[in-house]
Amino acid sequence: MLSPADLATLPFDDWVNTFVRGWLVPNFRPFFRATQVPISAVLDWLDTLFRWLPMLVTTALFALASWKWAGRGMAIFTVLGFAFIDMIGLWPETMTTLAMVVTAVLFCAVIGIPAGIVSARSNLFWRILRPVLDVMQTIPSFVYLVPIVMLFGVGMAPGIIATIVFALPPIVRLTNLGIRNVRGDLIEAAEAFGSTGWQMLWDLQLPLAMRTIMAGLNQTLMLAMSMVVISALIGAGGLGLIVNTGLGRLDVGGATAGGVGIVILAIVLDRITQGLAEQNNVSRMSLRQTLSNVFRLRGTAALAGVEKAG
Amino acid sequence: MQPKLAVSQVYKVFGDAAPAALDLLRRGRSKQEILAETGATVGVRDASFDVQEGEIFVVMGLSGSGKSTLVRMLNGLIPPTSGQILIDGEDIARADAARLRRIRREKISMIFQHFALFPHWTVAENVAYGLKITGVPHDERRARALDVLEQVGLAAWADSLPSDLSGGMQQRVGLARGLAAEPDILLMDEPFGALDPLIRREMQMELLTLQRTLKKTIVFITHDLNEALMLGSRIAIMKDGQIVQIGTAQEIVTAPADDYVAAFVADIDRGRVFTADDVSSDATTIQLRQTSVRDALRMMERGGANALYVLDGDRVAGVVTYRDLAASEMDTAITASLQGSLITDFPTADTTTCLSDLYSDAGSGLPIAVTDERDRLLAVVEPADVLAHLSGDATPQEQQEQTYAQPR
Ligand SMILES: Nc1ncnc2c1ncn2[C@@H]1O[C@H](COP(=O)(O)OP(=O)(O)O)[C@@H](O)[C@H]1O
Ligand SMILES: [Mg+2]
Repeated sequence: MLSPADLATLPFDDWVNTFVRGWLVPNFRPFFRATQVPISAVLDWLDTLFRWLPMLVTTALFALASWKWAGRGMAIFTVLGFAFIDMIGLWPETMTTLAMVVTAVLFCAVIGIPAGIVSARSNLFWRILRPVLDVMQTIPSFVYLVPIVMLFGVGMAPGIIATIVFALPPIVRLTNLGIRNVRGDLIEAAEAFGSTGWQMLWDLQLPLAMRTIMAGLNQTLMLAMSMVVISALIGAGGLGLIVNTGLGRLDVGGATAGGVGIVILAIVLDRITQGLAEQNNVSRMSLRQTLSNVFRLRGTAALAGVEKAG
Repeated sequence: MQPKLAVSQVYKVFGDAAPAALDLLRRGRSKQEILAETGATVGVRDASFDVQEGEIFVVMGLSGSGKSTLVRMLNGLIPPTSGQILIDGEDIARADAARLRRIRREKISMIFQHFALFPHWTVAENVAYGLKITGVPHDERRARALDVLEQVGLAAWADSLPSDLSGGMQQRVGLARGLAAEPDILLMDEPFGALDPLIRREMQMELLTLQRTLKKTIVFITHDLNEALMLGSRIAIMKDGQIVQIGTAQEIVTAPADDYVAAFVADIDRGRVFTADDVSSDATTIQLRQTSVRDALRMMERGGANALYVLDGDRVAGVVTYRDLAASEMDTAITASLQGSLITDFPTADTTTCLSDLYSDAGSGLPIAVTDERDRLLAVVEPADVLAHLSGDATPQEQQEQTYAQPR
């Protein structure tokens, strides 16, 4: 059979190598290195803080937040779950993972919300950005681990950068969507009263889009959780490292312990941010109700992330 | 006097082919032809009108006739494709963004069909919106918002959310928001269109009441001719983007410019369009103390009248009828005085009373006295004229003469 390969072969991999190794890395490595600085700074600060806080204090804070935004049942789940993590000896790793995830989400928000706002206001910008986001979401994360290592080296910060690349799209998309969905007649009213673009943004668009933006933040957070194990491949620590180590040694127990830690943290963070987005009065929901909700509705999303990671 | 708002030869064409479409428009092609040929939609076509200070100018037309487009060009929400829109002599169509913003903040505000209240803010915050964006401090703007809410009767709801209010109340908030910034001009795009008929009527009355003290220049959009006739000092009727007639309610009802307007006018409530002013005639009067019964009878015979109004000095004393006077003359031939036959509970109206309100008085058979606020007789309305106008039987010519003879 004739195939195109008989006529010509393209050294595509060589082209990429030439581009990345021959041009990108030598010319821009210092620049990429420099971008790690703020990420490392925030991460170190958060990591130090979470490790310094006594376990009971942290648990109490999370339980309070759960109680306020996700209900009584979730608060009980948080206490039990965190106690379990502590008792299987993974508390410090969990805090490192938490610091990494929070850092990644923070940078996603700082980059993604303004990008979403600009997208909502400029059709041209959105037309350009949209395919970029599509690519970011569809490229398997393993593919960009290599260039990230070449440009940024190995370690915590590169791991977080990989996480940011992977988790950024939803916050941009949903910020854009939320702002575009603000009722047209409200925008018209603001304009008719002579408001400036900034006033319209602050008074109207951001408050009315807030629910959608928070939903985006929740999705971004979940994607960041699902990158915990993968980013450990390039030197990030925490629970992901435990899972990877277990994997390497075929230590089922160790890998499972790490995985369970990730699941518990994911569920707690998911429910709190979801509750924040909805701002419902849910403080009376029981533990049983909460658990059934978690595993029926949202459990799939949280677990899917972990599954991918494990 | 310079008009508050002067619109001249304004066109709006939507779509990329606007210049070509504009050219075709000027050569007299129809909206449908232009859409088929260029794909551009004609919103407004050659609109020209002036609005005087303190006037309620109503734009009436069916859905899709370009009313919203027209009114949005008046505050620059939609830039006209061509033409001139002067507010106090300043051209909106040529103002840059900053200038436009200033004009909107200071001179013009808008009230929307679906209220367009900000759902995340309280009623008072909504009302204070125009002040907030101009940087008025919080306490001051709240005080002002409460003042205006008082005017529209919603002070008690200042701290509620708009979603807690009924449609009519929400539109009062919309009105209050429009008034709070103290604009000269109010643009109202079918403001009562989303309300049910009873509430709508109530809001119309309230707008008229407010307008009596506020004296804003109002451009009011509606698709309801009765609403137009009731509120409008003058009315513009739009069809397919074009203004087909501008005139007072009476002019439009009595002399429709074309079949389109005539079809509209056919089933309106004439009783609310015409006022005592339109059907009254000059009063022939006699003085109570100086006229004898006999003289009065003779005057009536000469004028073919059944009744005469009797004045006591400046004041209206009452009305006498031919029948009563004739009877009293027979009884007491020489001593008869007007006083004995005087009917003192005669029907009265002022110049703006609607025909529908005169209708029951017309049943008494007595001419209705049209008086001013100091009880001086201005004119009288003959019962027969009321009925003739209500049924639309009065000959158009006669009515036109009346319309032009009495400048408003
Ligand atoms: N943004 C727009 N783009 C294209 N066509 C429009 C736009 N706005 C209005 N039109 C068209 O202009 C015409 C007049 O619309 P509009 O002013 O909303 O009418 P009305 O308020 O009298 O119902 C309609 O044919 C409508 O389809
Ligand atoms: Mg409209």
